[in-house]
Amino acid sequence: MARAVTGQRKMINTLAAWSVGLLIFFPILWTILTSFKSEAQAIANPPVFFLFDWTLENYSAVQERSNYSKFLWNSIIIAGGSTLLGVLIAVPAAWSMAFVPGKRTKDILLWMLSTKMLPAVGVLYPIYLGFVKAGLLDTRVGLVIVMMLINLPIIVWMLYTYFREIPSEILEAARMDGATLRDEIIHVLTPMAIPGIASTLLLNFILAWNEAFWTLNLTAAKAAPLTAFIASYSSPEGLFFAKLSAASTMAIAPILILGWFSQKQLVRGLTFGAVK
Amino acid sequence: MAPAVFLLLVWMLVPLITTLFFSFKKYLPLRGDELGKGLDWVGFENYSRFLNSSSFWPSVQTTLLIVGSVLVITVVLGVLLALLLDQPMWGQGIVRILIISPFFVMPTVSALVWKNMFMDSNYGLFAHLWRFFGAEPVQWLSQSSIESIIMIVSWQWLPFATLILLTAIQSLDSEQLEASEMDGAPVLKRFWYIILPHLGRAITVVILIQTIFLLAVFAEIFVTTGGAFGSRTLTYLIFQRVLESQNVGLGSAGGVYAIILANIVALFLMRIVGKNLDQ
Repeated sequence: MARAVTGQRKMINTLAAWSVGLLIFFPILWTILTSFKSEAQAIANPPVFFLFDWTLENYSAVQERSNYSKFLWNSIIIAGGSTLLGVLIAVPAAWSMAFVPGKRTKDILLWMLSTKMLPAVGVLYPIYLGFVKAGLLDTRVGLVIVMMLINLPIIVWMLYTYFREIPSEILEAARMDGATLRDEIIHVLTPMAIPGIASTLLLNFILAWNEAFWTLNLTAAKAAPLTAFIASYSSPEGLFFAKLSAASTMAIAPILILGWFSQKQLVRGLTFGAVK
Repeated sequence: MAPAVFLLLVWMLVPLITTLFFSFKKYLPLRGDELGKGLDWVGFENYSRFLNSSSFWPSVQTTLLIVGSVLVITVVLGVLLALLLDQPMWGQGIVRILIISPFFVMPTVSALVWKNMFMDSNYGLFAHLWRFFGAEPVQWLSQSSIESIIMIVSWQWLPFATLILLTAIQSLDSEQLEASEMDGAPVLKRFWYIILPHLGRAITVVILIQTIFLLAVFAEIFVTTGGAFGSRTLTYLIFQRVLESQNVGLGSAGGVYAIILANIVALFLMRIVGKNLDQ
């Protein structure tokens, strides 16, 4: 029996949920709105909401002054490169753990998760020093490697929970039909694993995009991604609210949209399959 | 599985051993100490100096205060929000998108937006609001720095808690709820005896994952207070020792303490995940 819901109750729910939703979303909405204002309107008291002279000048100013596209490109390379590399390395690991689990599989999985808990700051200097010696400081290659290693445990875990859901009977059937290990991987496993791999790519791209410890500490002018680009606004010039808002909007817009598409996978991925 | 395991092992062990090595040495690169020339062995001096420095205990307290408060705020509000979102309503999909959005905002952006556009004591929205009610605007980041940071970080993590708890609520057997509803169980009792126990596992998972990320909160402090006004966490203190004052030995000893602290939390939390793995 479905629960009978009165129209009135539904109305109240709707009203309450939308109010809370808008309240939580408000800082983002306010940033987007402010990015279209003039600097004077951005700090006006009482604040103006929609009735102001909409302008795009902040966006061009930000691009001119700080070369936004360079940082965007760095973000794309670092987040994209590290995610792709991570998945390439993690697929064999997750595959063998899901299909040929040994006695130690569980221990290895838990150990991998535990490396994620190692505080980054505890190993900051050795990594920093290694980067200096290897000439990797402020390079995109260096950041790709570090980001990949940081997210590798999550990638392995995500892939593992997805792979585990592929029924192993299918693999056995393929083996009976004389499929080699290579055939098995290419023709049977890969097509079934693609949705899981896609969600893993998406979620880890988002995580790498937003990472702000190593990107702030290991980059300077050349390889800095958007996290560092925004942090450069923390000096007093950040008081130009409209320009700050334009820069912020440009930094979060791509990932916000990707994020909306990934919210279902987010739960599975970030809870290591514990909540579905 | 070999390449992934090997890479992670190297990634973990090499820096860890190097940090341990540095923590027993006097290493001040700015004063001419060089790896090539050999470093002086100082025993446990760095450890005792880090522990006895006046900033150590305050930083541990700040860390625990921030992590604890954010956990309480996000879990309590997350449960309430998830309950609300589980109700029938119009436009549920859009509300979900609105609520999940802060999670995708990069930490440097949310910190800067809150710092300037909301908490600025002259032009921030809060200042406008306070003046509107005739109150004196608060100097958020200098007078109540820890509260401000808790607010920013909670805003970032509330969506995550809500989404996971909502997913868990939606998997609750609705017949059980209906039966209890028909038996006349009051709302609070239904929540306490049916919904909350069902959410136990999801809440544990939320706490586990958030703790990992919250212990490492960095950008939010870096951008807002720079560790001033009593907002220095253990993570930030070590960062300052190592990179700002370039006292690598002392900072490394701090790093070892941070690793021990994180491992205590991790040990406790890993058991729970391990149990979940068997289910």
